[in-house]
Amino acid sequence: MKKFKIILSLFWTMFKIGLFTFGGGYAMIAIIERELVEKKEWLTHDEFMDVVAIAESSPGPLAINSSTFIGYKLAGVLGSIFATLAVCIPSFVIIFVISLFFDAFIQIEWVGYAFQGIRACVAYLILSAGIKMFKHLKKNFFNLALFVAAGIVMILFTIFSVNFSSIFYVLIGGGIGLVVYLIGLIVKRDKSKDATEKGGNE
Amino acid sequence: MLELFLTFLKIGAVSFGGGYGMISLLKEEVISHGWLTESQLLNFIGVSESTPGPIAINMATFVGSSQYGIWGALLATLGVVLPAFVIMLVVASLISGLLKFAGVKSFLNGVRPVVIGLIVATAITMFLSVILSFESIGSEVFFDYKALIIFAVVATCGILYKHFTKKALSPIILILISAVMGLIFYGLL
Repeated sequence: MKKFKIILSLFWTMFKIGLFTFGGGYAMIAIIERELVEKKEWLTHDEFMDVVAIAESSPGPLAINSSTFIGYKLAGVLGSIFATLAVCIPSFVIIFVISLFFDAFIQIEWVGYAFQGIRACVAYLILSAGIKMFKHLKKNFFNLALFVAAGIVMILFTIFSVNFSSIFYVLIGGGIGLVVYLIGLIVKRDKSKDATEKGGNE
Repeated sequence: MLELFLTFLKIGAVSFGGGYGMISLLKEEVISHGWLTESQLLNFIGVSESTPGPIAINMATFVGSSQYGIWGALLATLGVVLPAFVIMLVVASLISGLLKFAGVKSFLNGVRPVVIGLIVATAITMFLSVILSFESIGSEVFFDYKALIIFAVVATCGILYKHFTKKALSPIILILISAVMGLIFYGLL
């Protein structure tokens, strides 16, 4: 019975978060934090930062990641299912309704003009999201090299219409991350080996 | 319809870095399957930015619905949500901090800058396609100075607001500004 009540309250909170977060991803972090950490105290601030870190580095939308995690923490698998459902339902319903009228809507001449303006804005929004993320990135050689390489290769491939899925970029980036880490390990081990050998000789 | 589900499952499984991280992959998949054209996609990203909820869910619902109605919308949304849901469930139940595994951490260290590079590259190619209708070598170039002005005004508003209030201007307001400018520039002038 108590669990049922928690799930209900969880469902309602997540539903609200799904309904009132515009602009996706990063806009959501602030709202989720206010609702779950400050108001409901379901998570501590540190736990919340962990969720954000995990969510950012694992695939999928942040809203889904955090609602699944929080739902599980509060009420197990059932909790995670309900929390995730709740956060999806508002946008699903709204977009579904829009999609029914979208084609007719977009064919109105004036709507077309407005959207022509909006497109320029969307390019800016994406650019500013990228820049914001870039600012949070540690500026070491490894990060900058991967950032520049991925960006340039993608622009060139797009210009020359080369078909190369984004999945490969992500996998290659991850692979390079692993290789660099392993090389670092080996170098370190060799050094410590040298050091102990030297220590032994003296 | 299975193809739709699998495609969104794939998008859900490999889109790191939240909403914008998935746009480059989404664009590829949606256009190569012929589900939407590039300009439809751009229109819809505008809508998605001004309606609530994660852009991933919005896109999946919209593309699914445009192809197969309500079932398409349900399947595509399920597809895009499922990977994140399963992964988080595993992470939450292991809790011990998957991030503490050096291997996982170093893999993600490599993924992060790449994703940001992809986002910026997507923005740049989108910019070229909006301002110059330039999509690839060989496509006819047409300079749309009105779009450039709208871009410049929106960027100025965003940057100035951020500068004076230290807060990001809501994307909805920027979209409204650009819509009004679109109406004036393309409709009245």
